[in-house]
Amino acid sequence: MIDVKKKPILEIKNLNKKFGDNQVLNGFNLELFEGENLVVMGKSGSGKSVMIKCLVGLIEPDSGSIKVMGKELTNLNQSQFDNLRTEIGFLFQGSALYDSMTVRENLEFPLRRHINRFKSHTNTKTLVEEALTNVGLLHAIDLMPSELSGGMKRRVAIARTLILKPKIILYDEPTSGLDPITSKEIIQLMVNIQEQHKTSSIIITHDVDCARVIANRMILLINGKNYIEGSYTDLNKSSDEKVKAFFK
Amino acid sequence: MKQSFPTITKIKNFFIEIGELTYFSNRFFKELFSTPFEFKELLRQCYYVGNKSLGLVLITGFIIGLVLTIQTRPTLEQFGAEAWMPSMVSISLIREIGPIITALICAGRIGSGIGAELGSMRVTEQIDAMEVSGTNPFKYLVVTRILATTLMIPILVIFGDAMGLLGSFIIENLKGDVSFFLYFDKVFHAIEFSDVLPATIKTFFFGYAIGLVGCYKGYYCNKGTVGVGVAANSAVVYASMLLFIIDFIAVFITDIFI
Repeated sequence: MIDVKKKPILEIKNLNKKFGDNQVLNGFNLELFEGENLVVMGKSGSGKSVMIKCLVGLIEPDSGSIKVMGKELTNLNQSQFDNLRTEIGFLFQGSALYDSMTVRENLEFPLRRHINRFKSHTNTKTLVEEALTNVGLLHAIDLMPSELSGGMKRRVAIARTLILKPKIILYDEPTSGLDPITSKEIIQLMVNIQEQHKTSSIIITHDVDCARVIANRMILLINGKNYIEGSYTDLNKSSDEKVKAFFK
Repeated sequence: MKQSFPTITKIKNFFIEIGELTYFSNRFFKELFSTPFEFKELLRQCYYVGNKSLGLVLITGFIIGLVLTIQTRPTLEQFGAEAWMPSMVSISLIREIGPIITALICAGRIGSGIGAELGSMRVTEQIDAMEVSGTNPFKYLVVTRILATTLMIPILVIFGDAMGLLGSFIIENLKGDVSFFLYFDKVFHAIEFSDVLPATIKTFFFGYAIGLVGCYKGYYCNKGTVGVGVAANSAVVYASMLLFIIDFIAVFITDIFI
């Protein structure tokens, strides 16, 4: 079990978001602690993806507070927010690799603006190769995304997420669309990342196997609210019908 | 009463779209002069817009020159005015036909290409991925593309015009036995600075309009593959409409001042 220090690196309080008449997030609360893997589960349309997109500014919440490393997001200007974004890695559900660029260029892209985060003697080439070695895809460095399999794309996307050495990683359905064997490889990779880089992660998933392996803590999101919170074992043993439905 | 609602909604949406396009255009100028500058991507886009469209523009220009001369010659012959052919073709090509036809071709090829490319990037969350990595996707994707079309369309028009004149010369040479030097001597005597300058200035606006509409439609593409198709299609339709409006305004202003 990973040793979790009880210091929140990310806090969400009373988050609300409405699309038309549809109240997607309805007073959602969350605390992510340093070094923790927090799994958020919920039905499709329960607001999980909307919630993590609010964390990186892709969706603006209607109300509520989001604090990342002690900084309230709504108080930041664009430049401060862009700098804070480099501390948050985001793995998209469909990998979102830039399909007009090679794997190398995909990884170089975030570095172009933020290379000054690293020591002066560190060059882009070294960082790219290091990130690809971490995910076991150094041999694919000059391939185009269209030449990669689904699992390889996901690995490259993880490498791109890691390249700025973020403190927090947000995974949006990391195993969706992958076969069971590749899913296991991706889950193991996520565990290795957490152990090596001591990152804190929020993982949005429907995959119970993924949750079992990776979760230090879990939140079940129903109708835009925290329904129940606890460890995988706690939730798995719950007698609540709504909770049991996820673990069948 | 109820029947008027769809019409009102359409009018309202039209004005909303005009407002959004204006905001998009303002944002372009604001981001254009802010650092960092994306020179490498600008050059890549200039290559894509210019080099990849050159063949089509050259062939079209050449055929327009041929056709214009073949169609006009019999009428001029009736009045014994074949000698005016180089002047007539060069003025009509350089003032109007060359710029507008080249711009329309580019609206079809480049405008739809930009709309589809950015639309597909939006749908597959690639633009979102750029944003979350702390990079400004508007500057990287939009500013470079609009600037590339603004700079390259005038150059393409010059090449298109030149090929049009060459096509016209070939017909004149075959039918009227006019030499290359005689033909182009007449062309350059007929063209004045006041023909070339307004025609060239308006091509910059044509390029800007093609890039702006293509980027706007793609950047704000609705989700789904249908959205990409709609973005590409509407980029061509809106850009073509805008080209004729700009052309009318340019001709109107030229008429007043020159």
